[in-house]
Amino acid sequence: MKITRDRLIAIVMLLPSAALIAIFVYGFIGRTFYVSLTNWGQDATQALALHPKLKFIGLANYTGLFGNFIETRFRQDLVNTFFFTILFLAGCLALGLGLAVLLDRGVKAEGLFRTIFLFPFALAFIVTGTIWRWMLQPQGGINVLPTLVGLPPARFGWLTSRVSVLRFDWNHLPLILGVAVAAILALAAWRGYRAGRGLGPSIAVALAALALLWALTLGRNAHPLPYPEQHGFNLAFIGIIIAAVWQMSGYTMALYLAGLRGIPEELREAARVDGATEWQLYRFVILPLLGPISLSAMIILGHISLKIFDLVFAMTGPDNAPTDVPALLMYLRSFRANQFAQGAAIAMVLLVMVAAVIIPYLYSSLRGEVRR
Amino acid sequence: MSARPLRRSGRAPGRRRPQWGTYLLLALAAAFFLLPVYLVLVTSLKPPAEINLSGTWLLPTHWNWASYATAWQAFAPKLLNSLILAIVATAASALMGSMNGYILSKWHFPGANIVFPLMLFGMFIPYQSILIPLFQFLRNIGLYGSLWGLILTHVVYGLPITTLIFRNFYAEIPDEMIEAARIDGADFFGIYGRIIFPLSISGFVVVIIWQFTQIWNEFLFAVTLTRQSTQPITVALAQLAGGEAVKWNLPMAGAVLAALPTLIIYIVLGRYFIRGLLAGSVKG
Repeated sequence: MKITRDRLIAIVMLLPSAALIAIFVYGFIGRTFYVSLTNWGQDATQALALHPKLKFIGLANYTGLFGNFIETRFRQDLVNTFFFTILFLAGCLALGLGLAVLLDRGVKAEGLFRTIFLFPFALAFIVTGTIWRWMLQPQGGINVLPTLVGLPPARFGWLTSRVSVLRFDWNHLPLILGVAVAAILALAAWRGYRAGRGLGPSIAVALAALALLWALTLGRNAHPLPYPEQHGFNLAFIGIIIAAVWQMSGYTMALYLAGLRGIPEELREAARVDGATEWQLYRFVILPLLGPISLSAMIILGHISLKIFDLVFAMTGPDNAPTDVPALLMYLRSFRANQFAQGAAIAMVLLVMVAAVIIPYLYSSLRGEVRR
Repeated sequence: MSARPLRRSGRAPGRRRPQWGTYLLLALAAAFFLLPVYLVLVTSLKPPAEINLSGTWLLPTHWNWASYATAWQAFAPKLLNSLILAIVATAASALMGSMNGYILSKWHFPGANIVFPLMLFGMFIPYQSILIPLFQFLRNIGLYGSLWGLILTHVVYGLPITTLIFRNFYAEIPDEMIEAARIDGADFFGIYGRIIFPLSISGFVVVIIWQFTQIWNEFLFAVTLTRQSTQPITVALAQLAGGEAVKWNLPMAGAVLAALPTLIIYIVLGRYFIRGLLAGSVKG
């Protein structure tokens, strides 16, 4: 009897937190979704009303974002986020792994180096952004570093550059995505065949062929926009990526270092006894064991990168279109322009992107935990 | 989760001594990480007249502490806002997280396997996706623009991570101890007060450090939900540095002031800080 009473108390004590999360997370997400289906903001008299009258307009805000000539900026923002994420992840993983491997070789003063590499993680993105904005001034900062040894100064406009590379037409996006999906499926199939898995690879090949067929027929002719629209990678992002890597690669290093410290010394010894060189030891023994950590790091960093907001705000200000990202555009639309419905639609797109990364991760993490 | 310490106990015999190449690479990396620190300190200590783009890297001719005095005058109220915000919200979310962690790890009830992941998801969402209803809600209850609205916000959205860390922390306390206490007649609160809470000290340290740092550094909620008088330091710094007219000594001194509290925590309590950040990756 007593146990059931205590269990009841437990549930009652959990209730406040559960209710807060239910309302503030799920209730509010639902409300944001509803707002994204309305015209909130189009009528200026209603925009800042305490209880605005909202008119349901269906998916118009979303179709606008992806295929309306005014929303070029949002589409460029998505492209920006894509390139930012790829380069930020590559930088953090490469530098983080490199530093962890170096520190794992039994160096003296390891604690000091670790502290130096990790301290930026304790700073606010705003602080990092303020500092790096000064570092990346076009006529100062790291551009004049070469003059200290008598060389001419560098001329790159880190944050001010208007150059855009790797440009493509938004109308080719269905084709590009279709081919990319086909390539990923084909790669998975190839690895499946090599591992000798039964029917899976054949299905993957069939799906890859289907994706390719779709891309080359329907996808090629599906034009979301009635005119060509060029998007590409804006070079002004390079400086922001360097600052982001400066801040987050120490974190990646800490994850890898924890992983390296979990690899039993006997395993290394065994490989050395078998005559493996240091390079072979890392390539064939240690790196494969770090695979799960790389995946965790990619997911954690990837979702941070999709949400990046403060760093861009501090480095190039909120109004610099070439270095805009969806998280920032949502803020500007909603809280500067009072276009709440459009802001809500951008927020929902952002949420879907983050959820696509995080939900499989949570699922596999927690399922593994139950099995243990 | 049990975050493994980053230190390896003793080096195995036969392990190769690092070569000078290793140290060279480490020194280069250290330079990359410390270069901005040098620039911040030098710029903030220069007399404003000496700050120009071509002489960025030169040492000041004489040390000028006036920038810090000016920045302190401008930022003291904002630092106080940040301090109140971070302390109150950290304390509340840590206490609630501890209770949640205790319940979720020791009182298995049907549905717990669904409730926990649903709570956890809340720490990964882009806060833009709840910002408009939150803004509207705070306006409706009259807390928009006040520090208390921001505190409430940070308590609620801090619950997932504090619950996660405490749940995994308490999972290491053997169930037999709970069982024994129950046989001795302890009830729900008795077990928490006599066994769980006294064993939680290092768990609290990890959670408090993590939450304090996160809340101190946060910007999106701070910039949307406060007014001039209730701004935390991050918003004030962004505004000061965003204005084109200012000399760079002031933003740099401000950046140092804004960074010092979390930096001191990191340097003094680094071990717990690392445990927090490993916990943030769910599995660790």
